[in-house]
Amino acid sequence: MKAAMSIAVALLLYEVLARSGVFAAALVPGLPAIARALWSMLADGSMLKHAGATLYRVALGLGLAATLGLALGVLMGRWRPAERFFMPLVSVLMPIPSLAWAPVFILWFGLGDVATILIVFYAASFPMVLNAWTGARAVNPIWLRAAGAMGARGAALFWKVVVPAASPFILSGLRQAFQRAWIAVVGAEMLAASDYGLGWVIFDAKEFLNADVMLAALAVIGAIGFVFERLVFGALERATVQRWGMLRLARP
Amino acid sequence: MDTIQVAGVSLAYDTPAGRVSALENVSFATEPSEFLCIVGPSGCGKTTLLNMIAGFLRPGAGEIRIAGHAVGGEGFDRGVVFQDFAQLFPWRTALGNVAFGLEMKGVPRAERERIALEQLRLVRLEKFAAAYPHHLSGGMQQRVAIARALAYNPAVLLMDEPFAALDAMTREEMQRLLAEVWRETRKTVVYVTHNVAEAVYLGDRVIVMSPHPGTIRAEVRIRLPRPRDALSVEFLQHQKELLGHLTG
Repeated sequence: MKAAMSIAVALLLYEVLARSGVFAAALVPGLPAIARALWSMLADGSMLKHAGATLYRVALGLGLAATLGLALGVLMGRWRPAERFFMPLVSVLMPIPSLAWAPVFILWFGLGDVATILIVFYAASFPMVLNAWTGARAVNPIWLRAAGAMGARGAALFWKVVVPAASPFILSGLRQAFQRAWIAVVGAEMLAASDYGLGWVIFDAKEFLNADVMLAALAVIGAIGFVFERLVFGALERATVQRWGMLRLARP
Repeated sequence: MDTIQVAGVSLAYDTPAGRVSALENVSFATEPSEFLCIVGPSGCGKTTLLNMIAGFLRPGAGEIRIAGHAVGGEGFDRGVVFQDFAQLFPWRTALGNVAFGLEMKGVPRAERERIALEQLRLVRLEKFAAAYPHHLSGGMQQRVAIARALAYNPAVLLMDEPFAALDAMTREEMQRLLAEVWRETRKTVVYVTHNVAEAVYLGDRVIVMSPHPGTIRAEVRIRLPRPRDALSVEFLQHQKELLGHLTG
């Protein structure tokens, strides 16, 4: 409810600005114009197609980053030689913006899904690696000792002890990875995608001065991000680390 | 055959201040189903000794055997209970925690849940099978830990001051419960504590250790009938004898 309130206030301020006449209506369209653009794109199914394409790229890029990042991060946290080998690479690659790779990936793989997904993968990998790495090192040693006494070795020790023990960090990593992926995918689509995707919609609308379409796509990007952040990750956290008492609610 | 045989075990480690001898030439053996307590002040190496029996640490010299087999690491023949309440896995229910060892052993789900529930009944926590550890009190968590260590039916139960962090009333209650669990399961127990009254209440025999280096100072057999009366003259006499060994 509080969230709806703050969003409503922000929208109201925008509408006041749009109607003030300071900017041309074609550049800063009012909310009704944006809503009409959004509605017509929802009605003809094109917005769904674009959002679907974007979500598909995020799902693949983020899925790949989460899987590999988790494995690599935990390996680095549990085994010193891996940490010594990979940490300098992480430190060098992490500061490079994922979009800086766009021209390179386009050159190698052409315009389209592969380049876009790789950019998303690149952006999402580092938060996952770093959080899994920290999480694996923060595992309470007594759990490892107890698990060892009960015969846990290798894969069972990894999946049934280390991963759940590091889950507050892993979830936090997944959350940050999604945010990075969601930011990266829009930029990647502007540069590397052709014909579909929310980022491409914005970039394409610029050519025709369709500010209402651009802002409608921005609204959809924000809305999907909001749903994931608040609903998907919130629910995931409540069902796991909060239920297990590994994370507590902040004081009211 | 002796269940546990500790023969000439020593351990030293290097510190910035030089080489410190944690244990020096410690030897003893347990009889089957014996409840053996090890008491001593902090620094006497009693926890180190337990960790070596558990297989977490290797002795620098000497040998430890369980039922004739040399200890080379952890094994299903031993169950371990620690002092720290945090030893339970917070992401598993009480039942899930107790079933963990059986799961590692490859026991099918239905079977391991049946056994785990049986073990929870033994520590009177069957009603809390679905509870997560953070919803249980410290005493209840330690009871789950005991059930967990017993679930895969080890020959030996190793306990490192499991009740030291509990309040006095809960501790007494837990000691009574442990004495009953031991009577029912007939495990060989090695129980490390710094609490002399606890050792007299629980042990068939008490080994007294002294620090710097950790050595066995005395061995006292407790021949009191069970359940023991902590206020009886004989009980207090045993306590006095042990205290004499500790301070003397």
